[in-house]
Amino acid sequence: MVDFLFYLFALITLLGAGSVVLSNNPVNAAMLLIVSFVGTASLFVMLGAYFLAAVQLAVYAGAVIVLFLFIVMLLNVEAAEKVKPKWITISAGLIAGLLMVLGTLKLFKRGDGLTMATLSEVEPVGATTKSFGIELFTTYMLPFQVAGVLLLIAMLGVIFISNRTSKRKEAA
Amino acid sequence: MELIDFFWIIVKATIVAVALLSFSNLAVLAERKVSSWIQGRVGPNRTSIPILGAIPVIGTGLTKMGLFQPVADGLKLLLKEDPVPAHVNKFYFFLAPIAAMIPAVTTVAVVPVGQIIENGVAVPLVLADLDIGMLFIFAVSALGVYGMILAGWASNSKYPFLGGIRSSAQMISYELSMGLSILPVFMWSNAPGVESGLSLFSVVQNQQFVWGIIFMPISALLFLVSIFAETNRLPFDMPESESELVAGFNTEYGSFKFGLFFAAEYAHIIVGSGIFAALFLGGWHPLPFNPMGWELQPSGLLGALISMGIFLGKTFFVVFFFIWIRWTLPRFRYDQVMKLGWTMMLPLALVNLIVYAIVFAFIDMN
Repeated sequence: MVDFLFYLFALITLLGAGSVVLSNNPVNAAMLLIVSFVGTASLFVMLGAYFLAAVQLAVYAGAVIVLFLFIVMLLNVEAAEKVKPKWITISAGLIAGLLMVLGTLKLFKRGDGLTMATLSEVEPVGATTKSFGIELFTTYMLPFQVAGVLLLIAMLGVIFISNRTSKRKEAA
Repeated sequence: MELIDFFWIIVKATIVAVALLSFSNLAVLAERKVSSWIQGRVGPNRTSIPILGAIPVIGTGLTKMGLFQPVADGLKLLLKEDPVPAHVNKFYFFLAPIAAMIPAVTTVAVVPVGQIIENGVAVPLVLADLDIGMLFIFAVSALGVYGMILAGWASNSKYPFLGGIRSSAQMISYELSMGLSILPVFMWSNAPGVESGLSLFSVVQNQQFVWGIIFMPISALLFLVSIFAETNRLPFDMPESESELVAGFNTEYGSFKFGLFFAAEYAHIIVGSGIFAALFLGGWHPLPFNPMGWELQPSGLLGALISMGIFLGKTFFVVFFFIWIRWTLPRFRYDQVMKLGWTMMLPLALVNLIVYAIVFAFIDMN
């Protein structure tokens, strides 16, 4: 049963993600991205990471995609034109995909005799909201802060750029 | 899981969903009645079912109270012509009402409606007592905005489109202050050594002695205003605002598809009121300064029904408050909505959070 659910959700995630790339209509693409996110959230639930699953839905499906749709609708983007990719783009994509597959395979077949742990053997850190928070604010404090500063920089950049264009418009 | 358990869960979920939808039907009637009283009218008092309405005292009384009106309203929505304009995007046009309805019915699963005391231990009456309870509500109700955005976009005409755009901006703006405003509540319920997570049940148990609204009035106010904005109720009904946008995002909808939007709005209001009652009005604790709390509640079924009655009573009071505000205040201008959200609610929520964090830290130190 668990195996079946895993393959089901993995399939939903992958099909959703693949259709996002292949879809011509930007609104369809955004909606399919939600499907993919819901698939990922389901996988998190299967791992017992309920907090992550809920945050995934609230932040990505609930806020980020809404902003995508907002922009798509506001700019009234019609169906995107079919882009004929250059051969160098195709080959770069193929090489990147191949490397990822190889890397994943290497992870599974490493020769150091280590075995994969099953879910019940892993310490349930982050299973409850409280333990998740404690881990985040003690063990992973530095990455957390760095991520915060990075987001701040991005935000300042956006404010700066949008301010500059609006001033230019006023001058013109 | 055994098959019988599975079956039992489905039965319970169906009961809760049907109850929610019936309440939302009654809330529509309440809206019409309360608005009439506020405006000095009588409200619906004629609709009657042939034989039932003719029973002397009961039948005529129910007719006077307008209790047959929801049946007529529902039938009207079902039997009306269901136009699908030629210029709409069919798939999303049909998806939108469903997308509006699902989150309303899903979020109710984690709202505890009462408690039953078994062997001296309080057990919540809830479909799923999740550790991430409140976050689950945020995650699912955040998806509710798609109903409006998709309806606005798929209708492919100007007024619905403006409604959709407005709703997306408004929802995102007020989600932030909504999330920040209730953090102090959960900081308090997760005192050192307590593993209660974000479950609504433990928040209610924490309010045995003092209700949340008494020692966190600003959180309560911010949360209440945010639910008004998230449920698109006046004075925040920008996506619909019938005097500017015809009927906003649902202009092109008729018959049952409109009915779904309509029922979803009221279901959202009821769930939101329930959450407010659980977070700030002490849930099923009858009085604010009651040191005994649920120890007074009789054990078994009777106590469970009493606690449910108290909780539903509080919820309906908040629903009444929603209606009361709608017929009292005028609608904001759109720029005022945005300004209120970003320049007043959000900073206030942040300051509120920081102040309570410092206060709780001092309390924990002693």
